[in-house]
Amino acid sequence: MDALATCALRLGDDSLILGQRLGEWCGHAPALEVDLSLANCALDLIGQATHFLGLAGELEGKGRDADALAFRRDVMDFTNCLLVEQKNGDFAQTIARQFLFSHFQELHLAALAASKHERFAAIAAKAVKEVTYHSKLASDWVIRLGDGTDESKTRMIAGLDWMWRFADEMFVMDEADAALGVDKAALKPAWDQRIDAVLAEATLERPSPRRAITGGRAGHHSEQLGHLLTEMQFLQRAYPGATW
Amino acid sequence: MTITNTDRLRAVLACVPDPEIPAVSVLDLGIVRDIDEDAVTITPTYTGCPATIAIERMIREALDANGFGSTAIKTTLSPPWSTDWISDEGREKLRAYGIAPPPKGAGAASLKNETAAECPRCGSSNTEEISRFGSTPCKALWRCKACAEPFDRFKCH
Repeated sequence: MDALATCALRLGDDSLILGQRLGEWCGHAPALEVDLSLANCALDLIGQATHFLGLAGELEGKGRDADALAFRRDVMDFTNCLLVEQKNGDFAQTIARQFLFSHFQELHLAALAASKHERFAAIAAKAVKEVTYHSKLASDWVIRLGDGTDESKTRMIAGLDWMWRFADEMFVMDEADAALGVDKAALKPAWDQRIDAVLAEATLERPSPRRAITGGRAGHHSEQLGHLLTEMQFLQRAYPGATW
Repeated sequence: MTITNTDRLRAVLACVPDPEIPAVSVLDLGIVRDIDEDAVTITPTYTGCPATIAIERMIREALDANGFGSTAIKTTLSPPWSTDWISDEGREKLRAYGIAPPPKGAGAASLKNETAAECPRCGSSNTEEISRFGSTPCKALWRCKACAEPFDRFKCH
């Protein structure tokens, strides 16, 4: 797969897997408004995934469309970062994951919207407007839970503590990323600033630095992704080519 | 004055309602970006909006039924759809339907500078947001503190 197709696949996989994870909350969230919010975010992410995976398939040129890439690839062919495949856990853990990812995604898509690669720029310019809502939602909840009761604060700290080790992978650059031309590593200071500002308002400490866990871009995933795919891909695996 | 085929196409599209908010047409919402005999160009509101597929199908049916079977439907993402493209007529229709229309010119900056929605029932600005996300991707849930009615607000986008 060439470098740009790889980039489109990564962008699509990040959105797809996080969208599927958020979809797991549908009907289970702590309140109706939260249920609606998470489902709406999931819908945005799956919409973005459809565009990026469609583009990846076109650039690859082997006749695979977005559905083929989503439903008929095995776990080691997925290139999402490890953060997005992490289990939902409790609500605070889900919010921690969303908080770290959405702020990165917003910065990333904003930079990508100015790319010379027009197809990427068009999807990014569209998606960044949606993601602005996601990062705002996640930040609001980090503050509400962090600066809330003893119980909510304990859970928010635990959620951030688990997700923190997967944050660094979002900023890793390789040759494929360089071809797309957005320097993800350069987004880190702006991301740090956003994260720190919200944590301060939430009366939370920044989690202590720890060894980053990476490997998602190369297909080295946790067992959690396999479990997610068994559910997401069931229909197309059991009835290949099935349509509505 | 001659009526051109573009005018006829426009009239056909003006009768195609949004599947989620049937009070407004696809023209009112600014989804239709370009009209000519060869192709009608549309743009999605939100990338994941399930109505996108339904909208394309409804436009196709309307075109076919009105003798424009050879007019294609093209989809474009750029420039991205904005609520600024909702027509004044569309805004009035939304209000009459019970949905507070988005303020004009707010666009992407809206999150940083949110103004209170005007209650579509009693007109009061004494309102509050209940949930940033509502029954469809394009709406947020609000409540009027004057008349106590909950209502949808079209999100600035």
